[in-house]
Amino acid sequence: MSYMPKSPWLVHYDASSCNGCDIEVLACLTPLYDVERFGILNIGNPKHADIFVVTGSVNEQNKSVIKNIYDQMPNPKVVVAVGACASSGGVFRECYNVQGGVDNVIPVDVYVPGCAARPEAIIDGVVQALGVLEGKYKNMVKVAK
Amino acid sequence: MNTVLFLILFPVIVAILLLVLRQLAVRKFIVVASTIVLIVASIFLVVQYFNTGAVFFEFGSYAINLGIFIIEVILAAIIIFISIKHKQFLAALLMLIGAAATIWFEIAHGEEVHAANNLFVDNLSLIMTIIIGVIGGLIALFSLGYMEDYHHHHPNVKNRVPFFFFIVYVFLGAMFGVVFANNLMWLFFFWEITTFCSFFLIGYGRDEVAIKNAFNALKMNLLGGLGFSAAIIFLFTNANTIELNQLPGLASAVVLLPVALLSFAGMTKSAQMPFSSWLLGAMVAPTPVSALLHSSTMVKAGVYLIIRLSPVFAFVDGGALLGLFVSMVGAVTFLITAFMAISQTDAKRVLAYSTISNLGLIIVCAGIGSYQLVWAAIMIVIFHAVAKALLFLSVGTVEHNLGDRVIESMDGLITKMPVVAVGMVIGIAGMFLAPFGMLISKWAALEGLVTANPILTVFVAFGSAATLFFWTKWLGKIIMIKEKPAGFEAKIPTSEKFTLTTLAILTVVACLGFSLISKYSLEPFIFANYGNTYMLSQSNVAILVMMMAFVIVLPLSLLFHKDINYRPQYLAGTNTGEKEKFYGSLGLTREITLRSFYLSNIFGEEKLFKLGVISSILLIIIMFGVGM
Amino acid sequence: MSGINVWISVVLYIIFAPIAGGLIAGIDRIISARMQGRVGPPLLQPFYDVFKLMAKESIAVNRQQKLYVFCFLFFVIVTGAIFFAGGDLLLAIFALTLASIFLIIAAYSTFSPYAYIGAEREMLQVMAYEPMVILTVVGMFMVTKSFNVLDIASYSQPLLYTLPGIFLGFLFILTIKFRKSPFDISMSHHAHQEIVRGVITEFSGPELAMVEVAHWYENVFLLGIVCLFFASNWIIAIVLAIVVYLLEIYIDNNNSRLKWQHTLGSAWIVALILGVGNIAFLALR
Repeated sequence: MSYMPKSPWLVHYDASSCNGCDIEVLACLTPLYDVERFGILNIGNPKHADIFVVTGSVNEQNKSVIKNIYDQMPNPKVVVAVGACASSGGVFRECYNVQGGVDNVIPVDVYVPGCAARPEAIIDGVVQALGVLEGKYKNMVKVAK
Repeated sequence: MNTVLFLILFPVIVAILLLVLRQLAVRKFIVVASTIVLIVASIFLVVQYFNTGAVFFEFGSYAINLGIFIIEVILAAIIIFISIKHKQFLAALLMLIGAAATIWFEIAHGEEVHAANNLFVDNLSLIMTIIIGVIGGLIALFSLGYMEDYHHHHPNVKNRVPFFFFIVYVFLGAMFGVVFANNLMWLFFFWEITTFCSFFLIGYGRDEVAIKNAFNALKMNLLGGLGFSAAIIFLFTNANTIELNQLPGLASAVVLLPVALLSFAGMTKSAQMPFSSWLLGAMVAPTPVSALLHSSTMVKAGVYLIIRLSPVFAFVDGGALLGLFVSMVGAVTFLITAFMAISQTDAKRVLAYSTISNLGLIIVCAGIGSYQLVWAAIMIVIFHAVAKALLFLSVGTVEHNLGDRVIESMDGLITKMPVVAVGMVIGIAGMFLAPFGMLISKWAALEGLVTANPILTVFVAFGSAATLFFWTKWLGKIIMIKEKPAGFEAKIPTSEKFTLTTLAILTVVACLGFSLISKYSLEPFIFANYGNTYMLSQSNVAILVMMMAFVIVLPLSLLFHKDINYRPQYLAGTNTGEKEKFYGSLGLTREITLRSFYLSNIFGEEKLFKLGVISSILLIIIMFGVGM
Repeated sequence: MSGINVWISVVLYIIFAPIAGGLIAGIDRIISARMQGRVGPPLLQPFYDVFKLMAKESIAVNRQQKLYVFCFLFFVIVTGAIFFAGGDLLLAIFALTLASIFLIIAAYSTFSPYAYIGAEREMLQVMAYEPMVILTVVGMFMVTKSFNVLDIASYSQPLLYTLPGIFLGFLFILTIKFRKSPFDISMSHHAHQEIVRGVITEFSGPELAMVEVAHWYENVFLLGIVCLFFASNWIIAIVLAIVVYLLEIYIDNNNSRLKWQHTLGSAWIVALILGVGNIAFLALR
């Protein structure tokens, strides 16, 4: 058992969200849900983060940004797509400028459904992501050996 | 004694040779050879008088005094002529008064004046000799390559390189004279020559600004010179002596006023607060001049004199109060110029302000004059001389390669000009960082001041904080890892490269060997003069040396750690993929540019300058009041 | 202290200071959470964080930054070692300054806008607290006539009685040194994001772990100085340190951050009034 899942720091990026999911992500930090109980911090810097939380769909403007933030995170890292838009493009899927879900740009590990995703669902998604993170870490150690 | 005379006269002979033989190849040969001779002679002198304590030489005759008098009058006439030509009547007037005083004194007392000992050597002189001989020599060497470049970059300036070297060498001779003279009249003679040399060198460019600043420097130094001659006349008429080593033994009634006057002269020469503007103005001169005159040697003459006077402050009745006000002037200067350095963008002005600031700290120490503080003062003189010469010359080299000397354009110097940048890092670290040189002296200064006068430590505390800020800011700029612009190739002449490397090595050696310097040259000197001596405790020295070793050795690890997982800077996700570029608004590609804090609202030059001038003038007036 | 004891206390310090520092950080996070009506992380959370960071991939903008960060950690440890070995307090302070300069330089070397602003602000912080730190040492010398930590600690009377102004002034700059609001302008432990993470933006993985551990060492050293003010009775001294730290947490949670002008201005005014006032009083006494 590594320390990876005990201290997940996340970086949250609002791709083109309507802010509905963003508010719910921030709601997780409030006293009611208090994700810091699990050591989760919203660190705001990809270079410090383990989990990349994306809300909103991908369009031409933010494609490169998502890619860049993902690239700047040190391994092991996981991506959580929060909400319908991030998962698939949601109601904006057919828009001329929208490319679809986040998985068009970077590999996504956990999809959190909902419009907007409920805080419970987000926390559940992040906790699932921790399992993936641990797996990736073990893999990384194995490769290093 | 022959070595002493040789050191004073040899540079003068070289100077004349350089004025006469004007070919480049010959000049190169003479400068290289004379640098070697100067360094060897300085070291020889140190070996010769290493353990002898203070040695006095009578050497002197009426003829020599008369010769000095005649040269003084001729020089005064030349200066008056030049001043009138440039309509600088105040300078002419000051020179005229000075000359009149000299002539009157010569006529009235010329034949009675007799000094038992005209020259002397002790450990402080030896330290100064090494500084002048080694650093001065190296700077002359640096000038060889630099002056060619200088005229290349300044096509409007008339090429007067032989004259330049003439003045530089005369200056070196005069500096040796200053540190060996025991007869105050001789000291004054050499003192005035350094003033004239700096006048000619500042005015080297002969443009409007250069001339204005040269006269500004001349006026202030002549004012100090007047103080000096007044001190001599007063001393001779009241105490019948003109010997430096006699001062601490005199009664307080006759010694305090001349000492106040001499301190005043020292303050003008060291550009203390009301007079700081001349040193700033002097930065228009070619960089080796700044390094030579205005940082490592000439301004040291002022503090050298005050250090020489410190036994008077320490031992003569009422001297302590006088010394306290001398210290206060230094303290105000130290604090205010350190503040002003924060708001400067021009590297040479930062160096100039930091120089004045450090000289202020030396004067704080010398003014109190306890054995521990004198130790600190001399240590600062040593470290400051090496590190500042290195920094000034580096800035000169950088200026020729980057096209300006603004700190902002030194971003990523370490990738552009690694050798010079490493030199500058060493110099800057030597100026303010533990465990290096200056900090050791500052430490001793702090320790000494707490026991002597705790209120003065307040100045040191705030001044050091400001010092930390402006040096770190600059250090950060140099040390940034930035892509080298395509096609940039640094061109550094061999003579410059050699000088810079030597000075960098000297700085490191001085820092590493500080305890040896202290043990073998400072402690005996201070023991002889103050009956007690300051030593850093063994364990602290050990810790310091250990820290230094780590700071020096750790960077070597870079040689072994070659591979990294490179990720570009975080630019809010808008990196373009090219290094150091990002998408700005409207999708434009922009480069990262970073600008420092200069805090000119808080540490603006004008406001602080006024404050400094007013408070220091008040303090100087009180100082004279105490002297009377 | 004899030779062998010095080494024992240095070794003890090197081993136990990070443990203590980490625990303090854990308690800090729990108390802060409670003040905000939250439960907060486990007590050992700071250790989990550091162990995780050490396991992460090491990435960097350039090779040099690792060296500087390592030097930061190293000289912070040296600082505490000098202090807890009973060495020269002034030397310890200088070593700490050297360490801070290394952190600043590490940030500068990355040529990153966010780290750069962090570095500039960190420098302002150093400039803000440096006078008061020196005045604290000066004040301690004036009372005890020694710069030696051991002599200061074994002084018969609590320094707090003679140095109340200096103690308050030191408390004030302690807020800056602990990187607590309202003076956490260069980097902070919370998610203030206008300069991302300031100085430490470009450090990640093991490097960031080094920075964290260095802060633990530093905090223990700073609390050690607080203890010096009541060193004659070590129980009261430790209680004093705890009270001081709780006070800092309280201040942290009740303030938003201020502009750098306020940091610099208020720190210097406090140093001038409380620090200089106290020293002047001692000098004239």
